[in-house]
Amino acid sequence: MKKLLRDSGLKGWLYLLPAILFLGVFMVYPLIDVFVYSFEEGYNSASQTFFGTGTYNYSYVLHDPYFLQAVKNTFLLVVITVPLSTGIALLISVGLNSIKPLRNLFQTIYFLPYVTNTLAVGLVFMILFKKTAYSDGLINLMITWFGGTAVDFIEGPYWARMFVLCFYTIWVVMPFKILILTSALASVDQMYYNAARVDGTSKLRTFLRITLPMISPMIFYLIITGFIGAFKAYSDVVALFGTDLNAAGMNTIVGYVYDMLYGDSGGYPSYASAAAIILFAIVLTITCINLLVSKKKVRY
Amino acid sequence: MEMRSNMETDYLKIEKNARIRKRTVNVITYILLALWALIVLFPFYWMLLTSVKSYGAYNSENIPQFFTLSPTLENYVEAFTAVPLGRYLINTTIFTLATTAIMLAVITFAAFAFARLDFKGKNIVFVLFLSLMMIPNELVIITNFVTVTNLDLRNTFPGLILPSVTSVFYIYLLKENFEQIPDSLYYAAKVDGTSDLKYLFRVMIPISKPTLITITILKVIECWNSYVWPRLITDDENYFLVSNGIQEIRENGFGRENVPAMMAAVVVISVPLILLFLVFRNKVMAGVSRGGTKG
Repeated sequence: MKKLLRDSGLKGWLYLLPAILFLGVFMVYPLIDVFVYSFEEGYNSASQTFFGTGTYNYSYVLHDPYFLQAVKNTFLLVVITVPLSTGIALLISVGLNSIKPLRNLFQTIYFLPYVTNTLAVGLVFMILFKKTAYSDGLINLMITWFGGTAVDFIEGPYWARMFVLCFYTIWVVMPFKILILTSALASVDQMYYNAARVDGTSKLRTFLRITLPMISPMIFYLIITGFIGAFKAYSDVVALFGTDLNAAGMNTIVGYVYDMLYGDSGGYPSYASAAAIILFAIVLTITCINLLVSKKKVRY
Repeated sequence: MEMRSNMETDYLKIEKNARIRKRTVNVITYILLALWALIVLFPFYWMLLTSVKSYGAYNSENIPQFFTLSPTLENYVEAFTAVPLGRYLINTTIFTLATTAIMLAVITFAAFAFARLDFKGKNIVFVLFLSLMMIPNELVIITNFVTVTNLDLRNTFPGLILPSVTSVFYIYLLKENFEQIPDSLYYAAKVDGTSDLKYLFRVMIPISKPTLITITILKVIECWNSYVWPRLITDDENYFLVSNGIQEIRENGFGRENVPAMMAAVVVISVPLILLFLVFRNKVMAGVSRGGTKG
């Protein structure tokens, strides 16, 4: 039998060839190249020449007010949306698990944002929140119903713009979280609940002492993927505020990378590379911290 | 005697209270769930509603109206005639089908090599592949942009498609699936003189169909919604995908700001995936919980 399989040595590589080729050209080479770019100073994309090597690109990026604004926006977005969306998703999933009729319908509805085009629906959100010359828009109408004053969420004050962005981001990421948490909740062994009921344990205590520890690995998984996803926010921001994010003051780190590469202020792959590597370092650090915390807190 | 009846009424009281409490909790649960459903559905309702309001009616609404008595389809006509929406849809379809098809071929062969074939260096290559899963797209897109530009592939389909025809994660998913097929089938086929390729197509692919369908659906969703790469690589409207088309419409489509026509375009773009989801609901949800990442 062994001999029969021996002859597949070259064949194995042949089957792998397309994958290796594509990964090599579009992933491995770029990965090395991005580091090279980030240390080449004064790179000119037209003549493909550079003056020297060093850390100037990094210091340029770190001192660029647009980059600092982007970092601030991104961190705010992460800090607000990750805990909020995970918490609300947990609440909704617990609710979903406790009902029978209409559960399928609710699940189907909740999943819809996952299969919609972020850019397209973002446009609808913009229309809903925008205040124009002739109409205050729907959300502002509702605000005035409750006695508030209308505010332009798209071009108005910073907190208002941040609010729409966070709201839309939560709307977009919710389906995935609800899906994962409902299946995690459903897979908790019914035996534990029966035992708790026999002991007369209260609902809240059952939830805190049984349900939460049992699904904690999934919650941590969602927090980690949530952090990574929110740090890379870009298309939903474009959907709400347009492509010129620096002018709107709503740029994100990823947006900064793309703007440096291409677009109105583009043509600087070196700065873009440095910013991308800084982003990668931030995400990696936070993921490691998350993993360390989860090692201590989560029982698998 | 009296004591007993007292106990009974107490017991009934407690039971009644518990029933009332349970019902209240139930009602609150339903209200909260319905509230979130409303928040999810409302933007869809609003885009449908706005897309059937006439341009004049919409612009004369100082206070937004929650329904319309005179629906019109003129915005849909406008969406297809004033901007090349049909072109965007065709481009996206070509892009989605080609990317998905090529990727399926690439990952199937790779997964087959990892799962079934025996060759030197296989394990090292596999570990290297897995380590690539950690690399975010944002890190490699810069060089890819330069590569594709230098190859003169901007504003072409190969330039759009080629960078996204491999996925280490899907190779991994498929390999796990292939490995569950019993070895004895392979040996039997070998003894019968069946070639590897024939075995792959006749046995492994049919058995792994559910996983392949899941991967296909996930990839189709990803392709239909992709924005960043197409935006970098195309500036010729003839090669725009729907996401870029929408952005283009938003920034300078329809002459003036024609919101109803924009919403008609949004509806047209959203419908295909929503239909796909409603038809393959269980497959999509199972697939996303296994391999989804958005969020």
